[in-house]
Amino acid sequence: MKAWDAIVIGGGHNGLVNAGYLQRAGLDVLVVEKNDWVGGAATSRELTPGFLYSNCSYVCSLFRPEIMRDLELPRFGLQVISYEGGAVFTRDGDYLANYRDHDAHRREFARFSKRDAEAYDRYSRDVTRQCRFIQPLLMRTAPDPTSFKPRDLGELLYLGKKFAGLTAEEMALTLRFWTMSISGFLDEYFETDVIKANFALSGIIGTALGPMSPGTAYVLLHHYMGEVDGSVGAWGYARGGMGAVTKALAASFKASGGTIRTGAEVERVLIRNGRAKGVVLAGGEEVHGKLVVSNADVKRTFLKLVEEKELPDIFLRRVRNFKIRGSSGKVNIALDSLPQFPALPKDSPVYRADMHFTDSIERMERAYDDWKAGRWSADPFLDMVIPTTLDPTMAPPAKHFMSCFVQYAPPKIGGRDWTDADRDGFAESVVAQIAEYSPGFRDRIVHMEVRTPREIEAEVGLTEGNIFQGELTFDQLLFNRPVPGYAQYRSPVGGLYMCGSSTHPGGGVMGAPGRNAAAEILRDLAKPTLHMSPAHDVI
Amino acid sequence: MISPFTNAALYDANMNRHVKIGSARTLAQSHFRTLRLGTPFQPRIDALALTNDWYNWAGYRAPHSLWDEELEYFAIRSQAALFDISPMSKYRIEGPDAEAYLDRVTLRDVTRLKPGRVHYTAWCDDEGFVLDDGTLFRLSPTRFRLCSQERHLPWLLDSAIGYEVSVEEETEAIAGLALQGPTSFAILRDAGFAGIERLRVFDLADFAHDGAAVTISRTGFTGDLGYELFVPADKALSLWDRLMAAGGLRGIRAIGYTALNRARLEAGLIVANADFTTAGHAIRADRLRMPDEIGVGFMVDPNKGHFNGRRPIFEARAKKQLRHVLVGLEIEGNIPAEHATVYCKKSQEVGLVSAAMWSPMAKRNIAIASLQRPYGDRVVDDLWVEIYALRELRYQKLMKRAKVVPRPFIKLDRRTANPPADF
Repeated sequence: MKAWDAIVIGGGHNGLVNAGYLQRAGLDVLVVEKNDWVGGAATSRELTPGFLYSNCSYVCSLFRPEIMRDLELPRFGLQVISYEGGAVFTRDGDYLANYRDHDAHRREFARFSKRDAEAYDRYSRDVTRQCRFIQPLLMRTAPDPTSFKPRDLGELLYLGKKFAGLTAEEMALTLRFWTMSISGFLDEYFETDVIKANFALSGIIGTALGPMSPGTAYVLLHHYMGEVDGSVGAWGYARGGMGAVTKALAASFKASGGTIRTGAEVERVLIRNGRAKGVVLAGGEEVHGKLVVSNADVKRTFLKLVEEKELPDIFLRRVRNFKIRGSSGKVNIALDSLPQFPALPKDSPVYRADMHFTDSIERMERAYDDWKAGRWSADPFLDMVIPTTLDPTMAPPAKHFMSCFVQYAPPKIGGRDWTDADRDGFAESVVAQIAEYSPGFRDRIVHMEVRTPREIEAEVGLTEGNIFQGELTFDQLLFNRPVPGYAQYRSPVGGLYMCGSSTHPGGGVMGAPGRNAAAEILRDLAKPTLHMSPAHDVI
Repeated sequence: MISPFTNAALYDANMNRHVKIGSARTLAQSHFRTLRLGTPFQPRIDALALTNDWYNWAGYRAPHSLWDEELEYFAIRSQAALFDISPMSKYRIEGPDAEAYLDRVTLRDVTRLKPGRVHYTAWCDDEGFVLDDGTLFRLSPTRFRLCSQERHLPWLLDSAIGYEVSVEEETEAIAGLALQGPTSFAILRDAGFAGIERLRVFDLADFAHDGAAVTISRTGFTGDLGYELFVPADKALSLWDRLMAAGGLRGIRAIGYTALNRARLEAGLIVANADFTTAGHAIRADRLRMPDEIGVGFMVDPNKGHFNGRRPIFEARAKKQLRHVLVGLEIEGNIPAEHATVYCKKSQEVGLVSAAMWSPMAKRNIAIASLQRPYGDRVVDDLWVEIYALRELRYQKLMKRAKVVPRPFIKLDRRTANPPADF
């Protein structure tokens, strides 16, 4: 029976990045994907005729340009288009916009507070300084602080030197950034509620924490260190939806000789004498491989696909305690016309940007209170975009696709599983909120896809529906991600690697975990990595 | 347990959505349609803008040139030039503690700045790094105007805690004009500003204009005889017309920034974020500068009490930790050395030229450069600049000798003459 050089479990973006790099290093790689399509949480499916959704992830910034280049993704159809700013609607009938033009941005803030308008520069300087500190760490394997291997010592030294290179003020800021709440952090710069709410959203997205919870300031940074073609911090749409990212990855992988099997759910990893030897598919088919790489999150990988007896106790305990709490849902809506928002001037660029309705930190925190009580938020936080205002490929002319990221949605409702009625109630909370700001909104709806943590876990396979495959709090970052001692993409089982967002540097459609894991695997195989271009300089 | 959210009004507010408030705030929404604002003088400037050569000055549409940047420069030096400075950040600082407050936040001794006087100053963050430089106008014993390139409202407000003082941003409310050049005095006199001859350099006074007051100071950014005028925005056009009418026979011309920038370089004056990076914007820690590192160390007054950045500035001086120095250079030849690298002994890189030109007034090739000490400070011999002159798609690389020289590069007697001459 054929033994593949490597079997990658899961055709999400990191799995495909990993497979792409391994295949191009000369390995014979198989990707097994349980769904009939690839993409994981970066998919675009046509669920109603003529409309293409970004079913889970919906905007692009973190995806590393080095990977796009190495795997020739533009050749396979990937285009990322920057979009314009955004806005928070206020309850008094106004809105606060973010404009790309620096002076327009300042004038907009000055409508609410002249002081905050001018505070933005210092805020953006400080955030940029921190991003520059962290960005170079993304494409490096985190050092093992307990190891005395020259490489780990070298990496530790690199970290230490980078930290020592900061001024005293910056060091203080770094520590604060990694530990503070986003609300507390923003209080140091701004005084106006809606302006703080405007920035705080990046601190809570995908995280089962509220804006007042310690650790959320880092989450904001995580959303700021991306780029669109050198424009750091910018966000864009993948043309054709986020599925275009994985479509291009899959095409690139296949073009380099790789094989993808869809509709092939892995039941467990085949382990003999403590070494991974392949996978067993649902139905019992055994597929053999010299090594196995899991794109699934750390909980799914080690609590569902690997038998407990194969794992050390302490590792198991830490995996069980890994925080991967579901906090969000997704509502994708096909619209027969562009919704109107009376608060917005008709020619406002905000229609082409992200829109929000939560205009104070308190409202966000209250939405989180519902999560703690095991309910979806009655007054949810929405990150809403209409990509079809810029992307002509996702809906027929004049018709639109609207993507609503919705927070908070708990993994269980009052301790029990979600029901269909719960799902409908959750969807109604979203539609009701939008309709309040957009009269006639309901009449424009052609079709709707509603995804609570239940649907996300069942379809995408993300435990509890957590979009980052584990929260991005400091206790779960760098050499602690996902588990201390196993932060270098290897696991206690020989030949079994991890390449998903549960590993360093974490979630978002970034691709860095997949690439870093490939580098480690090739290192173990003593294969060259010349096809991996070095991480771009941060100068 | 008491809920941390005592603001019950939050949910009540939900009931009142879409109550449109016809306030100034909602009226201001439309700004997104005009990304580059016009200043209060824009109708007049637009009418003169033959080159249509604009740049973005703090969100305003400002002219690089209006008809000919060379000739505009000579208008400054031979007649009188009118330059719109309205986009400058302006802050009104008022109150019984205004003097003490400004003494605390800026470098120079404000207690020695008398009402009716202006001084050039700078201010630092708590680490002693320069946030900006600018001019401080003392309009009365308790009222000041601070003009600068960058914006500082949060910093000014935070620093005001504990002082009986109000700080208000008035950039849009106040229009500003610089009238610079040998005939500027005669024009103001002919325009009917009686008593203008009494203004000595750095004096200011209010004059009647169109039912309001115009504040005129004998200041400027050219090293020439010149004045700056500030009026309420709604009196801007009538002021412009008054000056143009009076200046018709004395060669008055409106100019753009390129010409002014040449004049300021001859005068040896520095521009924030061109000759140094301000602490409010510097992302790289090694770009931060203390006053002694950008040539404004003379402002630091050891005899006054606490001011922002005092301890680190004196510590750096005592421990000789100052790493950079800003110098004037005279470079052989006549090819401007803009953004050229400075070398010692033609080999060791020691700094960068931030501004350079052939000076028509000095007939010398001049430059402002930032060097790493001890170069430019104790070591001034054997300095060179490498000029990459792009000529018809080829770099002509020149290694030219540079000499550290004092600034200003030109000194014009007419700038300080009392009373000023007609030209």
